[in-house]
Amino acid sequence: MNWTEFIFGKLSWSVFPQSPIAMGGGIFMVLVGFAIIFLITYYKKWGYLWKHWFTSLDPKKIGVMYIAVSVVMLVRGSADAFLMRAQQATSVGASQGILSASHFQQIFSAHGSIMIFFVAMGLMFGLINLVVPLQIGSRDVAFPFLNSVSFWLFVAGAALINLSLIVGDFSTAGWLSYPPLSELAFSPTSGVDYWIWSLQIGGLGSLLSGINFLVTIVKNRASGMTFMRMPMFSWTVLGAMSLVVFAFPILTATLALLALDRTLGMHFFTAGGGGNMMMYVNLIWAWGHPEVYILILPAFGIFSEVVPVFSGKKLAGYTSMVLSVIAIVFLSFTVWLHHFFTMGAGGDVNAFFGIMTAVIAIPTGVKIFNWLFTMYRGRIRFTSPMLWFMGFVVLFTLGGVAGVLLAEPAADFQLHNSLFLVAHFHTMIVSGVLFGYFAGFTFWFPKIFGFTLDERWGKRAFWAWLVGFILAFGPLYILGFMGATRRLDHYAANLGWQPLFIVAGIGAAIIGLGLICQVIQMYVSIKNRHKNRDTTGDPWGGRSLEWSTSSPPPAYNFAVLPVVHGRDAFWTAKQSGTVAAHRYEDIVMPRNSAIGIFIAGFVFLIGFGIVWHIWWLAILGLIGEFVSMLLRMFDDDTEEIISAEHIRVHEAAHHSRHATI
Amino acid sequence: MKSSIAHESLTIGNEKLPIESRAADNTTVFGFWMFLMTDFVLFASLFAVYAVLRGNTFGGPAGKDIFNAPYILTETILLLSSSFTCGLALLSAHKNSKRFVVFWLGVTALLGASFVAMELSEFGRLVAGGVGWQTSGFLSSYFTLVGTHGLHVALGVVWMIVLTTSIVMRGLTRGNLRKLMLMSLFWHFLDIVWIFIFTIVYMMGIN
Ligand code: HEM
Ligand SMILES: [Cu+2]
Repeated sequence: MNWTEFIFGKLSWSVFPQSPIAMGGGIFMVLVGFAIIFLITYYKKWGYLWKHWFTSLDPKKIGVMYIAVSVVMLVRGSADAFLMRAQQATSVGASQGILSASHFQQIFSAHGSIMIFFVAMGLMFGLINLVVPLQIGSRDVAFPFLNSVSFWLFVAGAALINLSLIVGDFSTAGWLSYPPLSELAFSPTSGVDYWIWSLQIGGLGSLLSGINFLVTIVKNRASGMTFMRMPMFSWTVLGAMSLVVFAFPILTATLALLALDRTLGMHFFTAGGGGNMMMYVNLIWAWGHPEVYILILPAFGIFSEVVPVFSGKKLAGYTSMVLSVIAIVFLSFTVWLHHFFTMGAGGDVNAFFGIMTAVIAIPTGVKIFNWLFTMYRGRIRFTSPMLWFMGFVVLFTLGGVAGVLLAEPAADFQLHNSLFLVAHFHTMIVSGVLFGYFAGFTFWFPKIFGFTLDERWGKRAFWAWLVGFILAFGPLYILGFMGATRRLDHYAANLGWQPLFIVAGIGAAIIGLGLICQVIQMYVSIKNRHKNRDTTGDPWGGRSLEWSTSSPPPAYNFAVLPVVHGRDAFWTAKQSGTVAAHRYEDIVMPRNSAIGIFIAGFVFLIGFGIVWHIWWLAILGLIGEFVSMLLRMFDDDTEEIISAEHIRVHEAAHHSRHATI
Repeated sequence: MKSSIAHESLTIGNEKLPIESRAADNTTVFGFWMFLMTDFVLFASLFAVYAVLRGNTFGGPAGKDIFNAPYILTETILLLSSSFTCGLALLSAHKNSKRFVVFWLGVTALLGASFVAMELSEFGRLVAGGVGWQTSGFLSSYFTLVGTHGLHVALGVVWMIVLTTSIVMRGLTRGNLRKLMLMSLFWHFLDIVWIFIFTIVYMMGIN
């Protein structure tokens, strides 16, 4: 090994993008990065951001940062989607479209990985951070410092995956990187290593968050809030976090084993050497199927909050809702094989997993009916969260039926790996997960920022997404039946698929308009914020505890910790006119800390070092990690006190506003 | 004053402590149990992988060709006795004897470090004899499962050294006592994992 190799590992000039389109993505990301840095510097906001946001341990602020990062990643992931749609609409017959085959493969791999890990997971943890402590009547999460570490690990993972645009390339092996394609022999560049380490780092953050919120919900509930009085959103989060705790370690192990294969020449999943590829497929889906329920459960929870509030009724079938969450949690570990019916497990095994998959649809159906019963004879207000819900119910049910169809092994042999599957899972994940999180974001936005979002642009965004979605994914169901496989970068003209692909492309463009509407919505809402101020803290007529605080809530959430006497705690309190007590005491809150940033920063260096075989950098990262942890361990000054007087002033202001409304 | 605090924070549930600090201790311990559970799932995955790849020797040696029973037994005794001395450290903390806590932690760390050293030399011997992790699926999974446990033990030793330093510097504070309790949970957990490795990898491998 010579010196350059020691210092730079596998890095060299040739790893920087060579083709103009590949370069375009990189240059765009660099420009966006510089623009953000320039704006912050220009407005001299570094100090403010550092002091009040980056180092904050307040879950409400961490939640906002999660959502901000996820929105940036949503733009990246959508850009990838538009490129794929453009490619498939044009790359037919003699025309090769706009992308090379390898670039197309990198794009679908990046799109899938980014959308799942850095958009859906990020939005989910963002909303959980914003809402759960408030909703269960707690001042904080169980481990505030750990929460900050989790967030910054998420950022480090996202940074690493974006770096692959500029330095080197990304994986071409799909969002789950099946071996043997993902092994060194067939994917010799650093692409798969980027995939492994960005997911490993982001996944570690998710795992730690999972522990944190599981403990928070079990231990930090307000007194009197028994499990059967807990709001549904918190229930679904409890279910999702239990899944995180059991499923994510499997992902950690699987990614580590693939990394060992690639980096140290081991033989876990290799084609030769006594490796076993099917083991990878089993392991990754033993995590992967629970993962989809991790994402959808909180969305179910959001709808269970939104529908009662905007129907002016209590949630129908609370107990059955709870039971169905629990059932889903258990069942979701018994269905993973439906992702590879075609890979030789045999008839009996396939039959078992097919039946289990059909069974898991039952608790989901229970939920759908309960939401509809809640609306029945309700006084429905058609606000934009409610529109997202109605779009969801229709599309999700259709997508779910497609899923039950795929659960039939015999049918799946025809549909496996086709665009029918792509259409199915996008129906679940866009109209289920994404619509759910959009509804939640609109619903809780005033709580966090103190003003409501503009409804007009919100509704426009909804209609664009709905119409765009149907046009973009409806044709894929048909194309799937016509035999179009997924991940196609080119097809023959005489197949007659092009018109449908063009429709899908138009649909994607309309989804793009929806995204633009959402950006405009944000702009208009901020501009008109004085007009749309939420002075009461309860803009919708809410039912759970988060609506009992001012908007935005103070750092400590509750001046006096609430005592709960039944379900829909705040609703009952409002009806009986109970007012909170007025004797305040000093509150101890965690002090800000920058160490979470350092920990994640060093993890990033370790990841980058391993991807490029720059071993000294990885070791440096490890040492930095150790020192950061020591600093935290020997820091005695981690708390600060908010004085009773300060609290009295804030609360008086909130209550007087309440009285005048 | 000090002594009563030390005693109480270990016996969680003691009524004399302020209610918030008891709850905080409780939460931390519960959180740590959750962490151990995730670690348990991680090890369970590695055990499953080992079970699948056990027979895939690909022309290389099998378990019975390379495992050395007396050597493994020595390792096992080292680790089990370190669990015992870790318990003694906790007991000394109950008696509020800082000197003995430090002493027993030192002994535990020493035993743990010897375990790691033995494992490393065993690995070294295998690799030097041409039996490395690149040889076969079986050996990949063997080195990874046993090595992951060894890595945990090594990290535990480092944690122990840091904690002992902290106890020497600041005494048996509430914070230190809580960390001591978590550390000992971690240590016993590693012991249990080792028992599984001992049985599934070594005993079943030799037979
Ligand atoms: C914004 C609208 C979206 C559009 C237009 C879109 C479009 C696409 C397209 C064209 C593909 C490739 C299909 C093929 O294999 O031929 C794809 C794959 C995929 N998408 Fe999306 N998508 C969108 C949103 C999402 C979201 C929100 C998620 C997840 C949260 C997601 C997850 C995935 C995954 C996992 C794949 C599979 C990647 C692979 O084959 O490895 N997509 N999407
Ligand atoms: Cu599944």
